Amino acid sequence: MNDNTQNVLSMQNVVMQFGGVRAIDNLSLDVNKGEIVALIGPNGAGKTTAFNCITGIYTPTSGMVSFNGKNLKGNSPDEITRLGIARTFQNIRLFSNLTVFDNVLIAKHLRAKDNVFTATLRLNHAEEKRMREETAQLLKEQGLYELKDEIASSLPYGLQRHLEIARALATQPELLLLDEPAAGMNPQETQELTDFIVKIRDQYKLSIFMIEHHMDLVMQISERIYVLNFGKLIAQGTPDEIQSNPEVIEAYLGGSEDA
Amino acid sequence: MSLTTFLQQCLTGISLGGAYALIAIGYTMVYGILRLINFAHGDIFMMAGYFMVFAMASFPWFIALPVVLIVTTVLGVSIERVAYKPLRSAPRMSVMISAIGVSYLLQNLATYLFTALPMGYPEIPVLKKVYQLGGLSASFVTFLTPVLTLILVYLLMTLIQHTKMGMAMRAVSKDYETASLMGIDINRTISITFAIGSLLAAVGSILYFTDRMTVFPFSGSLPGMKCFVAAVFGGIGSIPGAVVGGFIIGIGETALVAAGQSTFSDAFTFVILIVILLVRPTGIFGEKTTNKV
Amino acid sequence: MGPNRMINKEKRRNCICTLILIAAVLGICGFLEANKYSYSYAISIIERSMVYAVVAVSMNLVNGFTGLFSLGQAGFMALGAYVTAIFTIPVSQRASVYYISGINPVIAGIQLPIIVALILGGLVAAGVAALIGFPVLRLKSDYLAIATLGFAEIIRACIAAPQFDTITNGSYGLKSIPGFTNIFQPLALSVICIGLMVLLINSSYGRMFKAVREDEIAAEAMGINLFKTKELSFVISSFFAGVSGGMLAMFMRSIDSKTFQVALTYDILLIVVIGGIGSVTGSVIGAFIVTAGREILRFFDEPLMLGGVQVPLFRPGFRMVIFSILLMIVVLFYRKGLMGTNEFSWNGIFDFFKHPFKKKSKKMEGKA
Repeated sequence: MNDNTQNVLSMQNVVMQFGGVRAIDNLSLDVNKGEIVALIGPNGAGKTTAFNCITGIYTPTSGMVSFNGKNLKGNSPDEITRLGIARTFQNIRLFSNLTVFDNVLIAKHLRAKDNVFTATLRLNHAEEKRMREETAQLLKEQGLYELKDEIASSLPYGLQRHLEIARALATQPELLLLDEPAAGMNPQETQELTDFIVKIRDQYKLSIFMIEHHMDLVMQISERIYVLNFGKLIAQGTPDEIQSNPEVIEAYLGGSEDA
Repeated sequence: MSLTTFLQQCLTGISLGGAYALIAIGYTMVYGILRLINFAHGDIFMMAGYFMVFAMASFPWFIALPVVLIVTTVLGVSIERVAYKPLRSAPRMSVMISAIGVSYLLQNLATYLFTALPMGYPEIPVLKKVYQLGGLSASFVTFLTPVLTLILVYLLMTLIQHTKMGMAMRAVSKDYETASLMGIDINRTISITFAIGSLLAAVGSILYFTDRMTVFPFSGSLPGMKCFVAAVFGGIGSIPGAVVGGFIIGIGETALVAAGQSTFSDAFTFVILIVILLVRPTGIFGEKTTNKV
Repeated sequence: MGPNRMINKEKRRNCICTLILIAAVLGICGFLEANKYSYSYAISIIERSMVYAVVAVSMNLVNGFTGLFSLGQAGFMALGAYVTAIFTIPVSQRASVYYISGINPVIAGIQLPIIVALILGGLVAAGVAALIGFPVLRLKSDYLAIATLGFAEIIRACIAAPQFDTITNGSYGLKSIPGFTNIFQPLALSVICIGLMVLLINSSYGRMFKAVREDEIAAEAMGINLFKTKELSFVISSFFAGVSGGMLAMFMRSIDSKTFQVALTYDILLIVVIGGIGSVTGSVIGAFIVTAGREILRFFDEPLMLGGVQVPLFRPGFRMVIFSILLMIVVLFYRKGLMGTNEFSWNGIFDFFKHPFKKKSKKMEGKA
């Protein structure tokens, strides 16, 4: 299964310790190219901590995170985004007072070739034009173009989630990390999101690694699932294997209202 | 430098450090609870100096002292009520600007009411009495300051560790919102924090100005900044940290003055700030905090 | 076609309005310049306002647009002012300026053109800002406030220190600084400086500054290097603070370390807060209102006789008390200041006159 050439993200024996608490204990996992992989587990299991270790917000106490075979140790969050990992946040983090267009446009600057002098003196109009066109293009693809002049915080909740994903896509990632994309959504919205995730995976040739509590969504589209409990990996496998795993049912599915 | 001069300087440094420590506690407690640099704290300290000038003009010293302590405490609590409380949910920068506004107002008010010229600080005979200790000679206040500082800090620590009020203060500084959900009266806790901070600033003010003999509208701003640095040095939010920081800043400054570098003794504080921020941003006793994402 | 023609019409109207405004400003300045002896008081208020407008916008760049709380403006202005002064005081007059302790031979013979000296002053301020920013900008912005405030005091202490007497002339200050020869010089300088900052704010880098202000973690996740972006904003802001310090030196013609006390930073903060944190036009308007207001309120400092009775409150210092109360009122009750985060626009003005009682016009929103 873990063919090295296809392996986009790999975590090996990652430990994240906060004082006396091991938020993540010896976690190893892989995401292969083009896969949709889910990370599930009860609240406080260390899922978001795992994301933070991947995106450089935390530096793991020990172990290794690598992306396309490159060790990410010592890379700051912005460098990791530059390498091709984009993410969304559990509690939406948009640039609230800026417009929808600017939210996406800012993400486009990542690969711009300009500096503060050329930008200030408008010697970079080719670059600026490219960024604006790409932003408009992306917003059209995402069906958000009509909203481009709205202030981000004025959008309804579902659209804010959508915008956050669009903004992540604007960084042109290879790997997209989604932190509870369906949080706060009703069943119909969740179903739309399910289709949407598969669609963007195919359209933008992404690998997707997501944290999610909605089991319908997870079971429908994940190719593989990892289960985390108290920072430890307790199971991994296909949706069918996970659903019939007694330990998982015991730790998570059995006692959770989300099941 | 002879041993006596050296010890004499040490004593001066420790005494100054004690006064700094008392002011630094006010910064560290307010920061711990509101995450606010109370820019007006140094000016409360300055106002306490003026209160003493006027209190001593009308009362004997044993009445003047409590009057000054009470009036300063009331001033500190009213500032919180008027200038910070309405901004509880405002962005942090607004509250800081409000704090600067209060500082600016107090300085201008003092200039207007008492003129910009330094005023003579009244002498309290007991405090000014000179004692000889071996080759050392110093006024009583120099010996009293560090001792009084340590006693007050001990009392404060006991209050915070062992009383219900102290528990509320610790809870609010750990997590503001949860504390209010747990039924803790946030506003009352914050008022008490300001009251304690201002009270200690008033004590510090009496000790500090008795040694310096004059007070003027800006005499709070530089000591204020130094004491904030002391609080950062010790680890902001930590009371023992503020005390240690206060002593270190006071001793360091005195040492530089003794070495003939008085122009740079003020700069020294900020060099310390930069160094501590580079080496150990959480200060000596600070806890490492991580942002929740 | 309908809406398009409307927009074109609006554009033409705005263009005409802008031209009228420029003509009016030039006309007023020309008139004042032609009668400079009868209007010297008005001219000095306007020139000071222009200098303050530059530094207020520079403070807004870092505080309002990048979300960092910097209080070092007076220090950076001091650096710019001293560099400008030292290199522009005519060589022939230096002996009389430095008559107490003499002038350092290294700088004794160097006299630079004013523009070069101003830019050099800005660069020195920017360089020092880069050094302070390096440790401090990696931390929470609270520390930046106290570190910059403290640093401004260090600069002042160094300027007044006897060790630097042969460069800064210590506590005696510097005089015989060549001043502005006409009102168009400060006008041109401030228009260029503010214009450059506006271009920056509306560029791709300005957008990154705003992203950092809005949410640091999200900005990082979008590939923005937090430290570099903050440092850039802080250094550029300090550059313009330095230039405005040089302009202040030229305006005042004599400076000493007391000119650059913390109170100067607070004055500029007052301008930014009154104008609106995050609004360039707000800062410019604020600079004029505060500077002019200060002069107009001067009567508060004079004893006032009303019907033969002296009104008790009016004596020196009252003006500053009024000013600080004003600041508190703005902070507590009108937190957005005059402009909030909006910018001046003709559409905004016309909408305002068409619907004076409608709360906010849509067109003015979201520009910042």
